[in-house]
Amino acid sequence: MSVVFYALAALTVAGGLGAVLLKNTVHAALAVAVAFAGLALLFLSLDAQFAGFAQILVYVGAVAILVVFAILLTRASETPAGGVFSSSWLAGLAIAAGVFAVLGWAVLGSAQALPLSAVAPSATVHDIGVALVGRYVLPLEIVALLLTAATIGAVIVALHEKERTR
Amino acid sequence: MLMQDVGTFHPQIAGSSVSTAAHLLGLIPAVPMVAAGVIALLKQPRRKPAAALAIGSLGFSLLIALYAFAHVVADWASGIATREVVNFTWIQTGASSVDLGWVLDPLSAVMMVMVCFVGLLIFIYSVGYMEHDENFTRFFCFLALFAGAMLGVVIANSLLLLFMCWELVGLTSYLLIGFWYHKPSAAAAAKKAFLTTRVGDIFFFLGIVWLFNATGTLLFYNHGSGSMEGLALANLLTQHAGLGLTAAAAIALLIFAGAVGKSGQLPLHVWLPDAMEGPTPVSALIHAATMVAAGVYLVARVYPLMSAGALLGSGGEIAGTTTPLIVVTWIGSATAVFAALIAIAQNDIKRILAYSTVSQLGYMMAGLGLGGVAVGMFHLITHAFFKALLFMGSGSVIHGCHEEQDVRRMGGLKSAMPVTFLTYAAGMLALAGLIPFAGFWSKDGILEAAHSSGFIKGPYYLLVFGALLTAFYMMRQVSYVFFGKWRGHGHPHESPKVMTVPLLILAFFAVTLGFLGTPAWPWFRGFLEGRAVRFDLAGFSEPGLGMLMLGSTAVVLLGLGIGWALYGNKSPQPEEPDALERAVPWAWAALRDRLYVDEFYGVTFIAFYGWWARVADWLDRRVWGGIVALVTRLFGLWAQLNRWLDNEWINGGFDKACEELSSGGGLLARAQNGRVQIYLRVLAAAVIALAIILIWSSRA
Amino acid sequence: MTGSASPLAAYLLVAALLFAIGLAGALTRRNAILVLIGIELMLNAANLNFIAFWRYGPHPEALTGMMFAIFSIAVAAAEAAVGLGLVIAIYRHARTTDLDQMNRMKG
Repeated sequence: MSVVFYALAALTVAGGLGAVLLKNTVHAALAVAVAFAGLALLFLSLDAQFAGFAQILVYVGAVAILVVFAILLTRASETPAGGVFSSSWLAGLAIAAGVFAVLGWAVLGSAQALPLSAVAPSATVHDIGVALVGRYVLPLEIVALLLTAATIGAVIVALHEKERTR
Repeated sequence: MLMQDVGTFHPQIAGSSVSTAAHLLGLIPAVPMVAAGVIALLKQPRRKPAAALAIGSLGFSLLIALYAFAHVVADWASGIATREVVNFTWIQTGASSVDLGWVLDPLSAVMMVMVCFVGLLIFIYSVGYMEHDENFTRFFCFLALFAGAMLGVVIANSLLLLFMCWELVGLTSYLLIGFWYHKPSAAAAAKKAFLTTRVGDIFFFLGIVWLFNATGTLLFYNHGSGSMEGLALANLLTQHAGLGLTAAAAIALLIFAGAVGKSGQLPLHVWLPDAMEGPTPVSALIHAATMVAAGVYLVARVYPLMSAGALLGSGGEIAGTTTPLIVVTWIGSATAVFAALIAIAQNDIKRILAYSTVSQLGYMMAGLGLGGVAVGMFHLITHAFFKALLFMGSGSVIHGCHEEQDVRRMGGLKSAMPVTFLTYAAGMLALAGLIPFAGFWSKDGILEAAHSSGFIKGPYYLLVFGALLTAFYMMRQVSYVFFGKWRGHGHPHESPKVMTVPLLILAFFAVTLGFLGTPAWPWFRGFLEGRAVRFDLAGFSEPGLGMLMLGSTAVVLLGLGIGWALYGNKSPQPEEPDALERAVPWAWAALRDRLYVDEFYGVTFIAFYGWWARVADWLDRRVWGGIVALVTRLFGLWAQLNRWLDNEWINGGFDKACEELSSGGGLLARAQNGRVQIYLRVLAAAVIALAIILIWSSRA
Repeated sequence: MTGSASPLAAYLLVAALLFAIGLAGALTRRNAILVLIGIELMLNAANLNFIAFWRYGPHPEALTGMMFAIFSIAVAAAEAAVGLGLVIAIYRHARTTDLDQMNRMKG
């Protein structure tokens, strides 16, 4: 593995850790944005250019901003009194560690079934476009529907209610 | 009386063709029983229908009986000895069966007619006698039932049917003796009668069972296979029963035991005098004419069994004798004298007659034992008439003296109650046995048989002594009641026609019935034994017969004379001692107290029985009762235990389980804490577990 | 670890690590928004997994892994929008985003 890989991996993991550990919520949001960026670069290193750029566009550009907006709207920027971690954080940590252990064990313990392809595949936009309207046209349409619904739903949920009895 | 030798025709048993009369015989007991059932359903105030039903039913039975009697007489006149049987199977058990049936022969014919006729007269008499009694209807119901049962005994061809009707007769006797049941003495007398006859009945039943076992049938006559017919008797004679008796003799003695109870022979006579507690018609019907005669009739019926094995003479008369007949004779003779002795010292008008009945029944039994069926039955028939007459006459006297029964408080009634006096005198002379009244001929028949018996001499002297006593005590009674001065209170009056007319009818028979059995014309004997007879005065010239008749007449006159001499027209006040008492006070006291037989029984059997009853009571109360109480306690405890278990364990357990369930539910509900992160954690942990399992299984 | 592992395994491990970190965040942080962030991280880790397998697995010309990842991104975005909208609505109602205090669904 090359140095680039290690550097990108470290960046991403650091971002993730920051997102989880930082006390200031805004800082945590920004750290997760860094993690998203690192992931995008990892995609690029895997020759998945479209996915990488889509990642940057969507995650860094939209989701992270959205998170920041939500933090500001809910005044989560102020550090709460009881601490940022739940009272039984150790249980959650243990479980997460358990998950990692299982996954790691699965990955390292499994034998390789097929040889890895050494040649980088070409995934041009053209190819992706053809695939989208060819083989994956149904998922495409459904996702479109989904996005419409999500948009409308989010608006309705977040809409300021008229003064009604609570 | 020896039979004339007039070519005795051989008795042909007319069994092949059964006449209408024989078929109709079943109606004779049935109709009065049905009438009794109907009367039982009537209410008490309906007297006329009750009396009409009873009298009508018995009258109907009388008509059929007369018809059957005429048929038998016609047969006899044409030289046939009838014995028609109608048998039917009652219970079939495999190969053997229990049969019932009835028989029409001279014996049953005469008995039937006598029972129906005398019974009818007494029924009519009762209408007058019981007029003031409020239980009139009940009386006639019992009377009708009794008549039906008695007639059943008479016509029975099966020992079982006879026994069933015998028991019914005993039952109705109990009901009628204790008719006035609120009187403690009446209730006690009824119980005594029932229990005493029961003792005899037990032996009777043993005899029946033995007979059935030995011969396989209980029918008397069954075209050759009956128990009184040759084959069965021969069979019984060959079996031995211990004590030197054959089976025939043993069974005969057992059956005789039943007769001893029912006919009041020694030692089971104690119930008869007490039975006078019942109304007078009851005494007349049951304890003079019919029920007590049932015992004599039974002995006559099973006579073939009793005389089985006795040698027969050339003319068919008995030339030998058997053990049962010897027993019967001695018991009869002893009873005759014993009861006559006691009768001398009694003061109740009915009690004198009761002991007289016991005595006369002894005569009948002796007659059966010594001279055969005809001799005993003749005395039974004549006795029925004049004893019924005497009882009804005494009832008339009691009625006229306003329910007074003590002879010492009567007197001089011959002018106040003339019809009663005349009829009573006729009956008294018949009973004493004065020529030419009926009693003379029948009693003389017995005396003659006793005298000419080659085997036992004692009974003759006893019976003669008894005749003397009979004349004596009857004279005493008549003197006390009808002669002398009136010693009672109030004014005596004659009884109504409905009571005196039957008396007159019976008196007629008391005088004339004897002529059916004189030595000159022994029709009765010929009829019963199936021989032709003709009127022949030469019959009187039998050797020794004339001396016998003279002798018995002398004895009777002697007795009457002594009685008149002692009691004649004198009227001793009730407080004065009796004439005889002044003479022999110790004997008088013993006789008046009935020779202490009742007291003896009281000390021995009754006391023993009472002791046994106390033991049984103690057992019942302490032991069985204790066990029952203990078991009850145990059950109670068990129930309590069950209840405790149910409450504590089952209910409690159930409650506990429900509590656990709800607390468990509560516990489980804590998992629903509503916190999302906890849910997530659980999810993640589950996924880990699942993953491990999958990987492991894919590896294995 | 690194020497014996293939490049694929390396990427997979990184994805696993990221996934665990995201899970830890979702399970331990109090703020609902940060839980959502954790979830986003998990989704991203899965995406990385897909792309890695696409790159090193057979038949990359089928573009299966790539398409999967693209769709996943789209869906994740929609879900983030809706989720954050929900958080805002809850905040307006309960005046807090503290998950420990949200137990109205308690049985």
